[in-house]
Amino acid sequence: MNVLQFTALVGIGSFAAGLLGALTGLGGGVVLVPLLTLFFKVDIRYAIGASLVSVIATSSGAAAAYVKEGFSNIRIGMFLEIATTVGALVGAFLATKVSAGVIATIFGCVLLYSAYLARKPRPKDQRDLPPDRLATHLKLNGRFPEDRTMRHYNVQNVPTGFSLMFGAGALSGLLGIGSGAVKVLAMDQAMKIPFKASTTTSNFMIGVTAAASAGVYLNRGYIDPGLAMPVMLGVLAGSLLGTRILVKAETRLLRLVFAIVIAVLGIQMLYKGLAGGL
Amino acid sequence: MNAVQVWGDRRIEEIVGTLLRTGVILSASVVAFGASIYLVRHRAVRVNYHTFHGEPRDYTTIRGILHSAYGLHGQGLIQLGLLLLIATPVARVAFSIWGFAEEHDRMYVVFTVIVLVILLYSLFGSGAAL
Repeated sequence: MNVLQFTALVGIGSFAAGLLGALTGLGGGVVLVPLLTLFFKVDIRYAIGASLVSVIATSSGAAAAYVKEGFSNIRIGMFLEIATTVGALVGAFLATKVSAGVIATIFGCVLLYSAYLARKPRPKDQRDLPPDRLATHLKLNGRFPEDRTMRHYNVQNVPTGFSLMFGAGALSGLLGIGSGAVKVLAMDQAMKIPFKASTTTSNFMIGVTAAASAGVYLNRGYIDPGLAMPVMLGVLAGSLLGTRILVKAETRLLRLVFAIVIAVLGIQMLYKGLAGGL
Repeated sequence: MNAVQVWGDRRIEEIVGTLLRTGVILSASVVAFGASIYLVRHRAVRVNYHTFHGEPRDYTTIRGILHSAYGLHGQGLIQLGLLLLIATPVARVAFSIWGFAEEHDRMYVVFTVIVLVILLYSLFGSGAAL
């Protein structure tokens, strides 16, 4: 393949990944690395470098909108970013130490877990929880607009959430993904932050987390301009279009299809990682 | 949370939103400009990303990227755009320090400085970036 063909095909694939990621709310980053390694035969280190860059672009683009609407909680984001950025640095250094097979194996497990999480029904938000001492001291309790009023919430289990965030950051740095699923798990399940606030705050944090490992990736030569360019522009265009045409009725089916795609890619990554085909 | 703080938070959120959007648009434009030069000059070159060999210093260090972008090399300009993209969340964090300081929130100024130091270490300290 020559540069023009490669750029066009990778650009189209990335556009589709960004579009589906935004439409389903599952994020496009998670399918990019399998797409590049399995179909375009790209070395996994170049693939995670390009993917990480696109994660910063989509997260910053989307966060710009959410922050203005007042859904994300800047203090929760800032506090938890201490955990995610340290985790991301550790993850990025790990990525330079372990073999491609190990990265592919872990990637496969994360894909399978994401597919499972996408199918699991979400428990209802618990409302009116009592204020937690540590959360109150850290000024994490917040509010967001809902049904024309402001809905208040009290944050719980700060140490658990903080530790989970370290894990989310490490996965992000190791695999070049946003790991929004783990971030939402930490905020939504452990810290009992309402779903709308945790998804938007997670999105807000993803860019900073990814920037913490991007420096290491750049210095180690993982970010190739010829590859990162179509990936970043494609994913950005796809996700921007996806957020514009959010169609309520068809997201259920789309989520199911995308979850199956993620699971199939997960099995393939796991197989390649264990059998050493990368 | 008192009224002054909420008002301040909203104002900071507005500015942060604008900052993020500007950073993404700027970096995507620089990447697209670099891409046009790169594609015109290298369109017929065969690609090989199958084996990892790292990138030359022109594309991994800030000095190298600035130098090759200044020379209007397609790949150098793309890297410059990507560097601007990486700098966008860093700028957001740096701005937040000022925002929290305006609110006299010492605890969050400290938290934000910690995050900024980690980010700057990644960019400059993790492998002789300059």
